[in-house]
Amino acid sequence: MKKTAALLAAAILYGAAGARAESVRIGVIAEITGDMPAVGASCRNAAEMAVKEVNAAGGINVGGKKLKVELFVEDNGGKADQSAAAAQKLITQEEVVAIIGPNASRYAIPASEIAEGNQTIFITPWSTNPKTTLDAVTGKPKRYAFRSCFIDPFQGKVLARFAAETMKAKKAAVLYDVASDYNKGIAEVFKADYEKLGGKVVAFETYTTNDRDFSAQLTKIKAAAPDVVFLPNYYSEVPLQVQQAHRLGITAPFLGSDSWGSAELLKLGGADLEGYYFSTHYSAENAAPAAVKFIAGYTKAYGATPDDVAALTWDAFGLLFTAIGNAGKTDREAVRNALAKLPGYAGVTGDMKFQDGSGDPIKSAVILQIKGGKFVYVTNAQP
Amino acid sequence: MMRERIALPVIVVAGLALSFAIPAYGLVNKYQQMILMYVGINIILAVSLNLVNGYMGEFSLGSAGFMAVGAYTASVATVRLLPAACVHLGLDPAAALFWGFPLAVLAGGMMAALFGLLVAFPSFKTRGDYLALVTLAFLMIVKSAIENLDVIGGPRGFLGMKRLTTLPWVYAWTVLTLLVIRNFVYSRFGRGVLAVREDEIAAELTGVDTRRAKFLAFTLSAFFSGVAGGLFAHLLQFISPRVFDIIKSTDVLIMVYLGGIASIGGSVLGATLYTVLLEALRPSAVAWAFGWLPAALFEPLNTHVISHLNVWRMVIMPLLLVLVMLYRPRGIMGLRELRWLVPRRDRDALGKGLHPPCASPRLPGEPGGGVR
Amino acid sequence: MESRLVYALQQSLNALQLGSIYALIALGYTMVYGVLTMINFAHGDVFMVGAFLCFAAASLAGLPFVPTLLAAMLGAAVLGVAIERLAYRPLRNAPRVSAIITALGVGIFLENFLLALNPYPRSIPKLFGEGAWSAGGLSFSSLQILIVVVSLALMLLLDRLVHHTMLGTAMRAVSFDRAFVPLMGVPVDLVISATFAIGAGLAGAAGTLYAMAYPVIDPYMGIMVGWKAFIAAVIGGIGNIRGAMIGAFILGTTEIMVAAFLPSTYRDFVAFTFLLVLLVARPYGILGQPRIQKV
Repeated sequence: MKKTAALLAAAILYGAAGARAESVRIGVIAEITGDMPAVGASCRNAAEMAVKEVNAAGGINVGGKKLKVELFVEDNGGKADQSAAAAQKLITQEEVVAIIGPNASRYAIPASEIAEGNQTIFITPWSTNPKTTLDAVTGKPKRYAFRSCFIDPFQGKVLARFAAETMKAKKAAVLYDVASDYNKGIAEVFKADYEKLGGKVVAFETYTTNDRDFSAQLTKIKAAAPDVVFLPNYYSEVPLQVQQAHRLGITAPFLGSDSWGSAELLKLGGADLEGYYFSTHYSAENAAPAAVKFIAGYTKAYGATPDDVAALTWDAFGLLFTAIGNAGKTDREAVRNALAKLPGYAGVTGDMKFQDGSGDPIKSAVILQIKGGKFVYVTNAQP
Repeated sequence: MMRERIALPVIVVAGLALSFAIPAYGLVNKYQQMILMYVGINIILAVSLNLVNGYMGEFSLGSAGFMAVGAYTASVATVRLLPAACVHLGLDPAAALFWGFPLAVLAGGMMAALFGLLVAFPSFKTRGDYLALVTLAFLMIVKSAIENLDVIGGPRGFLGMKRLTTLPWVYAWTVLTLLVIRNFVYSRFGRGVLAVREDEIAAELTGVDTRRAKFLAFTLSAFFSGVAGGLFAHLLQFISPRVFDIIKSTDVLIMVYLGGIASIGGSVLGATLYTVLLEALRPSAVAWAFGWLPAALFEPLNTHVISHLNVWRMVIMPLLLVLVMLYRPRGIMGLRELRWLVPRRDRDALGKGLHPPCASPRLPGEPGGGVR
Repeated sequence: MESRLVYALQQSLNALQLGSIYALIALGYTMVYGVLTMINFAHGDVFMVGAFLCFAAASLAGLPFVPTLLAAMLGAAVLGVAIERLAYRPLRNAPRVSAIITALGVGIFLENFLLALNPYPRSIPKLFGEGAWSAGGLSFSSLQILIVVVSLALMLLLDRLVHHTMLGTAMRAVSFDRAFVPLMGVPVDLVISATFAIGAGLAGAAGTLYAMAYPVIDPYMGIMVGWKAFIAAVIGGIGNIRGAMIGAFILGTTEIMVAAFLPSTYRDFVAFTFLLVLLVARPYGILGQPRIQKV
């Protein structure tokens, strides 16, 4: 029985091990289905666009030879275990040089763990939790894990300052998903920094991914009478939380983080979100000169302004292509070294550079406001 | 007779040799090796659940809970305890990991067995749907308890495991599971378990120790589910409470009932089919299978049908399941059993050796017909 | 002291809303179980389809509240009957577990079918001019009142139907003895279809109300809510209609109060421990009666 099973499996699955033309193989893990499909779609769109563009130019110049790029996109179904499985598949079956994505930290952390264990380059476009690029056991920087976005200790500080100084809020409440690395990480950073600035966190409430009813926690928050409510949660859950809060009579303004930055937020939340602020990676209306061509091309191809995930994915590919060119070969180790030593990169989301030993670039953040059903640029925050 | 006596050990040893040869010589690629390992783990899960759901006639939803206990125990053992032991006892870390892994998996199984005992207690009083609910509550309590234990990562999961699960290990544990459960089912204690299924009250009246039968069945089933959890954790290298939710339990249920209850061969078949089909329906696999078509035919097929399979395969699978259940309500194997999965002394007693020990061809919950 | 009382009262209102929705779903589980002794694992997904029907009626067709509610109830009822005819009826004389597994398969099919059509979560527009009032620190919203009133009305209607009509009598007769009742001239198939239609219709109503209260919906929303409602039915004594309502309000209150006074992550732990203790102490639920096993 066992043998029949093995033969059956082998017969059905056999094939991918055949001869391969020389090319640069790159994998993408995206949240195509699951609880944040807009993130996955942006990531996939930008990835396909980046690969199309580089191949139209003949490919990447690798040591004097032009090599085409082959893209392998895997869906993680919005699940952490499937992210790990997808990473294993890309590494073992497709033998990719590098993996780009997943984007949400709760998926990126397990995937980067697998990539690190298999000496495969890993670049997450959107995962801002520090743990993505740090070893789970020792806490030291991983060798092969990089990202094209800022990290939460920086973002949390920017938001705490914005709440305390610009919004002049003396009391803040936080409602966050305790089952998700990103949400929990930034909530804790915000709390620490906000209290350092003299503010008081009067309610620090949790929920678990996929919860729909927040009435108990929001009632608690209402009783604490905060001046601002910080919701560092993903765009698909924020509208539910804000609407329920309004029904319970909470009038304090809400403040968000980069997980808000999808056009889907506006579609799901509507007028309930009017006037609120959030921090993010870039603003399409106030972008760097390098971004204009990308924004125009993306808008033409997909009929939507690229959101932060699309822009960061584009930058992740830009970083990787440059590193492969600099390395002059497609060997994982050589590309990894070239990436770590990159002298500086002018991306769509701003200038970035990896500091010695760390896969986290130093870059700036922006604050946007929701106004008239649109994201409007407010201010820029330097590191 | 003589041929049969040596056939089974020969096949087992040959399989073991093959499990070493496949990774060593790259007989199938690494991804396919991974699928084979998942097949093995799912066989362990399905066969162990079958002991409770098929042979004892209960409806347990707790598989994923036992799996979670095994997975977390084994993972904490290799990630936290082993390195600490190495420091204190001055062991060589590589060697400790090599010898420690089977011990960690064993520990995972034993811890799960302990929890199995806990679930066995309520089964003395409650039966049927209410016992199903007890196992569901158990699963949710385990999941929720892990979510509240921040030392092992809480709801965000636990990582740091090395990829210690290899094909030979999975093979060895799978064979062990099959042997132990086969021999148990056909032992004196196993008959007690079957008696509980057929008629608990009558069994008790005729002197069967139904409590011991339930204890043994639950503990053994939980033990192997825990072992599967330990292997799973060191294959995926990431575990979180969400991995072991009710969906995982229902997956195992589907494998068991798809293959056929009260049949070890059925569980092996169900687990294999379910795992392999889900992989085989992936776009890359289907595209390869139809690769021989002329490009004019293949290209439209690929863009319009195959590339969408990633989402649609999860629609096709449950449809297949429903169809199988409609046309073969007792699963693919029905109530039959593979000859090798019946101990030799029982084969001839059971006619052609194709029936599992079962007093009546009826299953629990099957309408008896007639006026009562 | 007074603010604490207001806080507790506000949380009780929250519990009332959650409990009402659980109750509507739990009724479907309990009715099908009562009549067929079968756990309809696809019921949570029928509830989910109800929410999507609400989306279709309100968002795509632009209907106001009452037609939306009726459309969702009718659509869900048709789906419930169709599932019974295609997937469960052929298995009525097969082992009981086969039908349970089939139900699981139907549920997974519904979830992934809707997901394959469009993976994006959808939002429900506001179906009527919502208002929120505050009295003595206590906040009410018109939606909250609507949910509770509609649910209670449907439950009363069902209770009357089961205890005071011919159909209800037939349903209770079939649940009592499926072998003997046909001999009395009761059309068993029709009664079973009606049971599924009513149960699924209530799930459709629950889906609509749920979608209005939590207006972002996705195909997996029915799994956890469905299990919770099932547990509510068991707490009350599965097969017992009034029990299901009581069980649902107990579960809703437990969940809200745990989140109100303890960290929210303890919610499932407390709710399921409560279930476990209850099952061991009173295995047949609060209002359920033990079935006597004849030897």
